[in-house]
Amino acid sequence: MALSSVLKSAWARPVAHLLCLLPLLLLIWAAVEGQLGANPVEKLTHETGVWALRLLLLTLALSPLRQWTGEAGWIRFRRMFGLYAYFYSCCHFAIWFIADHSFDFSDMLEDVIKRPYITLGFSAFVLLLPLALTSNQSMIRRLGRKWKALHKLVYAILLLTVLHFLWQVKADYLEPSIYAIIAAILLLHRIGPVRRLTFKSFTAAL
Amino acid sequence: MIKIKKRWEIPESEVTPESLYRQRRNFIKSAGVAGGALLLNSFAGAQASYAVDGYQKKSISLDEEITAEEDATSYNNFYEFGTGKEDPKENSQRFRTDDWTIQVGGHCEKPGTYSLEDLIRPHALEERIYRLRCVEAWSMVIPWIGVPLSSILKTMQPTSAAKYVAFRTLHDPLRMPGQQRSVVPWPYREGLTMAEAMHPLTLIAVGMYGKTMPNQNGAPIRLVVPWKYGFKSIKSIVSIEFVEAEPKTSWNMILPDEYGFYSNVNPEVDHPRWSQKKERRIGDIFKRETQMFNGYQEEVADLYDDLDLKVNF
Repeated sequence: MALSSVLKSAWARPVAHLLCLLPLLLLIWAAVEGQLGANPVEKLTHETGVWALRLLLLTLALSPLRQWTGEAGWIRFRRMFGLYAYFYSCCHFAIWFIADHSFDFSDMLEDVIKRPYITLGFSAFVLLLPLALTSNQSMIRRLGRKWKALHKLVYAILLLTVLHFLWQVKADYLEPSIYAIIAAILLLHRIGPVRRLTFKSFTAAL
Repeated sequence: MIKIKKRWEIPESEVTPESLYRQRRNFIKSAGVAGGALLLNSFAGAQASYAVDGYQKKSISLDEEITAEEDATSYNNFYEFGTGKEDPKENSQRFRTDDWTIQVGGHCEKPGTYSLEDLIRPHALEERIYRLRCVEAWSMVIPWIGVPLSSILKTMQPTSAAKYVAFRTLHDPLRMPGQQRSVVPWPYREGLTMAEAMHPLTLIAVGMYGKTMPNQNGAPIRLVVPWKYGFKSIKSIVSIEFVEAEPKTSWNMILPDEYGFYSNVNPEVDHPRWSQKKERRIGDIFKRETQMFNGYQEEVADLYDDLDLKVNF
């Protein structure tokens, strides 16, 4: 089946929803089964955080994918993935707020102010809120050109998120580095001259 | 000799809300199934380590709930077998500790190569239940089996020139696959002052939970210094050296601003990137207050009378 008909088929969206929810469902299932290991809180915090980052990367991968595949259908999933990224970041924040700070708001805030890696992560989380709130059709219409400007925040959010991950590493940078490289590629793609490099021009140059 | 009861006689039930307490019980119950599988594994891999037949039970005890054995043996920082918490258990199952020897050197009258048997057999084994506080702000309560380090060091007759004891872990990337990546400058190094090493709480452990030391926990022989962050308690020791100058220690070599030589558990001195005020006891959801010297203040505080603990972190 051609890519465009897959992307536009009636079941594409339900399947995408299911795939986005799958990590959460697996985590809940593992929690119920007691399969989250010795430190379930740490595991849940880590996994929800990583899934927020992955979905953010996926959201930003759609327009390069459109260009590389010449297929416009990818963009139909951008809002969905972006909102799921926000959803996982909410889970990530909630687990940390509840388990690490026992619902104590001032205790939580002290951590945000004092710990640079938490400052970065928390900023990313807060900055995602206006994007989530303005992601519906009527807000897009109402904000017009301002909407585009506002949603450029996503690049800053991605940077903050990657740094938030890197900055808490003790010694092994491997995992966050992989995400940092992917993020760098996606951000570089937004820069004019890099964007104009298509796969065709690349192979032609060879 | 050591009175280790007073301050932690608060029953666990007063510290933890009951609903949470019950949840935890369920969690531990479900972990039991996996624990059975682990037991079979450890039989296959550990025959060569020190057999802990006959030891004095609970020579030092603690009125706190002991961490589930499954948790203590599946959630480990032991970069020699990988940097993930579950890596050591997975990657150390085939690790053989046959004919393990320990090089003893430096300022002492009895240097040489000691077999595990020579080193441990002359001393009576004791079970000691200690808190373990990781620098990453989680903690456990573990029943170790071992011998006071002081008893062992005395047989080596350190001279007056010996001011510190330096320890090294085995360096063998073929047997310890984590060493194939240079996350840490191998071999792993640790050290104590002579006074810390001779302190009656400092233990050389060869077993835990009534069994031979599992590979992932530092078989066949490791250090346990309960008032210091866990990384000071070096695992799979192959070298003990009496030295004059403060020895280099691995985490201090990697990040000197974050990990000092002393690394005493201290809720007042934060890690530069995170708070050390609280810790999550493995099995709990919420965090609890971290105690000065991990709750061993009464026993060890006088070791540091002349030291500014904020500078010498």
